[in-house]
Amino acid sequence: MSSCGLKHILKTMGEKTVHIQYFALLREQRKQANESLHTNAQTPAELYRELAQKHPFTLAQENLQVALNEEFVSWETSLSDGDHLVFIPPVAGG
Amino acid sequence: MFRLSNSPLEINNLHASLQSETAGGFVCFEGRVRTLNEGKTVTSLEYESYGPLAEKEGLRVIQEAKEKFPIIAASCVHRIGHLQIGDIAIWVGVISQHRGPSFEACRYIIDEIKSRLPIWKKEHYQDGDSGWINCEKPNSSSK
Repeated sequence: MSSCGLKHILKTMGEKTVHIQYFALLREQRKQANESLHTNAQTPAELYRELAQKHPFTLAQENLQVALNEEFVSWETSLSDGDHLVFIPPVAGG
Repeated sequence: MFRLSNSPLEINNLHASLQSETAGGFVCFEGRVRTLNEGKTVTSLEYESYGPLAEKEGLRVIQEAKEKFPIIAASCVHRIGHLQIGDIAIWVGVISQHRGPSFEACRYIIDEIKSRLPIWKKEHYQDGDSGWINCEKPNSSSK
């Protein structure tokens, strides 16, 4: 296995950098629209729990949906280094 | 066609885009900003969206409508940004050979757009308060 491949596997097993974009109520409560952070969270559910401990989010996970790299995904999808996440508050278009 | 728009909708252009010699029916829905919501006087509102996913999901809704109903074409544009009372927030237009499928598809599109697209609405009230619709109620501690 190449060193490059090994590095990739180690990254996907542990710490990774993810990019988060916030909208609406979450953006206001986070007081910023974007952040990149290092995390050991394996799934969006774990990541949201981690964030909710640090920030005054009032929305429970059950009120949100999550998008990974511009598609809706399940909360138990595996996160990879470089992923782009959006936690989606209850929508109100129209 | 589905798209988001930061500027006021040009209804004549949207109307003109839905032309077909085989279309015997055209149905359109306009959603407008109203002044009253749940007993509070609304002075203006803001729409915010997660654009890339909203546009993908909007196109999926239009495609689903074409598969479910025998229509010729359908278009939808959703406003983003700060809107005043009376402004058009969303426009849906459908053409079909006969009127029935246009009514049904139009209703399907507006209902799905409202419930599925990552678009959020913040209302500003006459009393100075404001709130994100559907986001404040899950937790009563929000102002």
